[in-house]
Amino acid sequence: MADFAVELRDVVKQFLTPEGNLLNAVDHVTMQIKNGEFFSMLGSSGCGKTTSLRMIAGFEWPTEGEVYIEGKAMGHTPPFQRKVNTVFQSYALFQHLTVFQNVAFGLEMEGAPKDEIEKRVRHALEMVQLTGMERRKPKQLSGGQQQRVAVARALVKVPDVLLLDEPLGALDLKLRKEMQLELKALQQQLGITFVYVTHDQEEAMTMSDRIAVMSKGKVQQMGTPVEIYERPANRFVADFIGESNFLDGKIKSLSKDEAVVIVPELNAELTGLPVSAGLVSGQDVTVSIRPEKVRIAEKGLDQNSFTGEVKNTVYIGTDTHVFVDVGTKRIKVFEQNRISRLDPGSYYTIGQQVMLVMLPENVLILKKE
Amino acid sequence: MLQRLRENKPAQGTLLAAPTLLWMIGLLIIPLLLTSVISFGRRSPDGDVIFTFTLDNYTRLLGYSTDCDIGQASCFNPLYMQILWRSLTLAFNTTVLVIALAYPLAYFIARAHPKRRNTFLFLVLIPLWTNFVIRVYAWMMLLRTQGVINLILGWLAGLFNVPFAPLEMLYTPGAVLVGMVYEFLPFMILPIYTSLEKIDNSLYEAAADLGANAIKTLWRVTLPLSMPGVVAGTILVFIPVMGTFIVSDILGGRQVILVGNLIQRQFLDARDPTFGSAASLILMIMTLIVTYFYTRKFGFGEEIVAA
Repeated sequence: MADFAVELRDVVKQFLTPEGNLLNAVDHVTMQIKNGEFFSMLGSSGCGKTTSLRMIAGFEWPTEGEVYIEGKAMGHTPPFQRKVNTVFQSYALFQHLTVFQNVAFGLEMEGAPKDEIEKRVRHALEMVQLTGMERRKPKQLSGGQQQRVAVARALVKVPDVLLLDEPLGALDLKLRKEMQLELKALQQQLGITFVYVTHDQEEAMTMSDRIAVMSKGKVQQMGTPVEIYERPANRFVADFIGESNFLDGKIKSLSKDEAVVIVPELNAELTGLPVSAGLVSGQDVTVSIRPEKVRIAEKGLDQNSFTGEVKNTVYIGTDTHVFVDVGTKRIKVFEQNRISRLDPGSYYTIGQQVMLVMLPENVLILKKE
Repeated sequence: MLQRLRENKPAQGTLLAAPTLLWMIGLLIIPLLLTSVISFGRRSPDGDVIFTFTLDNYTRLLGYSTDCDIGQASCFNPLYMQILWRSLTLAFNTTVLVIALAYPLAYFIARAHPKRRNTFLFLVLIPLWTNFVIRVYAWMMLLRTQGVINLILGWLAGLFNVPFAPLEMLYTPGAVLVGMVYEFLPFMILPIYTSLEKIDNSLYEAAADLGANAIKTLWRVTLPLSMPGVVAGTILVFIPVMGTFIVSDILGGRQVILVGNLIQRQFLDARDPTFGSAASLILMIMTLIVTYFYTRKFGFGEEIVAA
């Protein structure tokens, strides 16, 4: 078995825009997807995630670079000769065929014997809980069921890699969450490598072993969901995944494992911050802290504590979002509603003075962009 | 009054359908009834219709002369049955040929760049700007003994020093077939194009993804999904070819007589509207039967889209 199920080496895909310009839809992307991994490409539309997936499937060929599947360079190998299968965003089910015939299609193309087709199709439909629907036409199924047919149709071929292009995009939220867990369970049960494209960060977080966050054709960061959330590589990732408070700052002093950053907006210094490679004293930086990691406290600590004034509160069920002005900066704080907020006394009132505490390990120093 | 009409949806529907309904009743249903009544009548010596009830016209179509007793072998003449059969086979052959020519072209247009598609469709439609009869005459210029095709062939033969006798192409069943195919090609291209154009690109990709090469994709995905267009085109081509008489008149001369010619001659030359009416009804019934069995097998071309 090759080291990687899928590998993209310095892949570029150029398109001609309607205006006649060349655009790098995928711009020197390198990624290595391990065998049996649930790998997601996450980004907003136009970030190059779908184009990357289509190059793995063989619907597009790279302008530069090379795609490897199970260690073999794909070159211009057409899709029907690749051991990968795709679940399309629109499902792309054959409307003229029944559910059974749709799932059997790929096996018939292989020339599998009839009784084997029968057995494998039944098994695949069982896997996605569609037993009994064999004779229906796709149009007679709900969106969720159609989606399952698309999954079964691709999985019945037992591909090395299953490619999924926003497969849950058309489903409503509740069904989507159910399907996320089901797909993940299916992937773990089968041990097939999944490459999943989505713009939904929660979806990527829920399902993936590793995520590649993409923007403007480039991979911004690749890592586990925890790494990407807790240690975003740059401001884009910190902003795209979850929410962040960004503050402009300047490094005042730097030791081996601690940094002090002057933050004019807060009219204060942040001290004891963790140091990442490549920082120099005097450098302009952006510091970032997640809203749920800012604490509202009765009393401040010795360091990184600031008095502020509550400007607004928004109750959203699981959390209350509290907006606090410190210096000239409005800091967003998410407080979990561990207690009932029915009693107005449990709320912060607008104009109330509070103390914000930012623990050093929760504050990240990012390069200024 | 107006207020009541606003609330009465069925009445609105009737009102909207009324002009067409009147048109159809006045110009289709009534003439059709008249035709059937006439077909059971008898021709008077000076070419008028004597309204009576006789099956003479129908037995004549079947090949039994009116002066003979039915069953008498000597007066059996299958001429009219041959004409009907010829019309049927010609319509069938024309339709098959037109599908064979139209499908690849429609496919090519549907898969062309969206910007180019309209240009191609425009080119398909251009011949329709010329009068039907003129287009058939143009084929006469091409096919006759001193026509363009024979001139070119003769010139080529001269060039290579081969003996050449001009081909007799005009006034043959082949000439009629060519003319029919030419005339009705656009009516097949357009519906097939429409149904091909509706096929989402992701379906081709899905087929390739599942291991189908180009030929298998065509056979298993493209063709079945574009059947509605083929069916619609077949109806648009088969029915008129069954009835038209101009093409066979001009390109077939007296050699290729179709039902259309038969009917036309009964009304104009032979002045026997009773026999013409009977032939018209038989033509209609034949067309209906064929269309009925065809659409029962393949549908009207909507199931796949509407299901």
